[in-house]
Amino acid sequence: MATVKFEEALARLEAIVAELERGELPLEDSMRIFEEGMKLSKVCLKMLEEAERKVEILIKDKDGKKRTRTFDIEEHAEAGQDNGDVED
Amino acid sequence: MTGGPPPRTLYTVSALTALLRVHIESAFSNIWVEGEVSNLRIPTSGHAYFTLKDAASQLRAVLFRSVGRSLRFALQDGMQLVCRGRVTVYEPKGDYQVIVEYAEPKGVGALQLAFEQLKARLAAEGLFDQARKRPLPFFPRRIGVVTSPTGAAIRDIVQVAHKRDPGVTIVLNPVAVQGETAAGEIARAIEEFNEMGDCDVLVVGRGGGSLEDLWPFNEELVARAIAASRIPVVSAVGHEIDFTIADFVADVRAPTPSAAAELVVRDRLDLLKRVVGYGDRTVHAVRAVLRDLHARVEAERRGLLDPTALVARAMQRRDDLEMRLRLAQANRLKDLRSGVEALRQEVLLRSPLQRIQQGVTLLPHLRTRLQQRMKVALELGRRSLEDSIGTLHALSPLAILGRGYSITRRWPELTVLRAASAVAPGDVVHVRLAAGELLCEVQKTANELIRESGSV
Repeated sequence: MATVKFEEALARLEAIVAELERGELPLEDSMRIFEEGMKLSKVCLKMLEEAERKVEILIKDKDGKKRTRTFDIEEHAEAGQDNGDVED
Repeated sequence: MTGGPPPRTLYTVSALTALLRVHIESAFSNIWVEGEVSNLRIPTSGHAYFTLKDAASQLRAVLFRSVGRSLRFALQDGMQLVCRGRVTVYEPKGDYQVIVEYAEPKGVGALQLAFEQLKARLAAEGLFDQARKRPLPFFPRRIGVVTSPTGAAIRDIVQVAHKRDPGVTIVLNPVAVQGETAAGEIARAIEEFNEMGDCDVLVVGRGGGSLEDLWPFNEELVARAIAASRIPVVSAVGHEIDFTIADFVADVRAPTPSAAAELVVRDRLDLLKRVVGYGDRTVHAVRAVLRDLHARVEAERRGLLDPTALVARAMQRRDDLEMRLRLAQANRLKDLRSGVEALRQEVLLRSPLQRIQQGVTLLPHLRTRLQQRMKVALELGRRSLEDSIGTLHALSPLAILGRGYSITRRWPELTVLRAASAVAPGDVVHVRLAAGELLCEVQKTANELIRESGSV
């Protein structure tokens, strides 16, 4: 799941910054983790770019199993009476 | 019949008992009675048999299983109970009892008591333990929501969540959030999310309402479904002050559905700032590393004296010294000559004959003195020259060799090498050392400095 990858990527990026700022690595290693850091930073930024605002609803199919469908909140709010929910 | 029985009416026990039964059952067919529960027994049939008592008296009672199911709270010895029911007489034993059709605890509401009882029971099982609670995911992508599709809760959750991060997907599993069927639907919805397994976290809740409205979230069924969920659960029952059983069991409790969305979804802007910050620091750190290295390389380069420049410098110094030597010699002779001339003038100034005589006798002296002075001058000049030669010698390329440097030239052309790129592996080079020479074959060339450690 994307959630695991992002957290790991961020942690690794943080570790790379710490190593480079310590400045104790030989040149080749510094270059290598620099490149890794740049790649990770791109990956993280990509994951933060998604902006589709998706909302789905589980509907029971004919076979009784539930499937996801896109859900339009406004549509449903107008359609039925509230179950008695009191607005906070 | 009013008044007592007619005198001398003789009853049988059964007849009397039957009569009592009729009286009692008709007079007490629908009464309310309050007392303390004691001697409670509930055999496997599920019917509850107990005694209602007060300070002075006691009354047998039975509460059938069907009634017991609708009670929501459990009967306990010592409990003060308010009951509605009818009194009956059990003829074979000749005793009476109240058949309870409705009961509620005195003082505390039935619901409240049920809540307390369930809470105590689940707590004892450890379902509320802090150690059981799981951390919420750092960066959830799919959030499962169990709530009504028409209420304000789902709209609030979607609004808050997408404002913080439009990249999350909200998945609604719609349920009734009050009424008879609600608890079952909520529990089932949580199970379904666990079966599908693609959500990172669940939010279970509804907007505010009365204790009755919120009751499904106090049901054991819901509590157990939350406890069994492998996916972390956030309870979001819109009741700022009070806690429902669901709130106690959940991994995290939010006071409202909007607050739940805030807890679950991290503000994307913060994450963005963090990632960009790390990127910047990485670039800066690497630049610093490279600058550092550059400075060190330059320092080393300057530290190593270039032999060619050294020889040129030495030659220049030699020329310089030679010139000064000549100048010194010229000056010396000039001084001598003027000294001699001065003497001659002196001599001539005195008596001419004497002077001539003196001059004649002086002349050999003068000659000697001149010779001596020239000798001295030459000696000084020679010594000065020797010093210069010594200095020159120290600066000569050959002396440099004595300090450990060597001159490398291409073989057989004998052109001096200054750059590693001028040769290739396999070429032969001639090396002039302070003592001796070498003919070597090139193994490897590198345009940058080869580190001391020997690695390339």
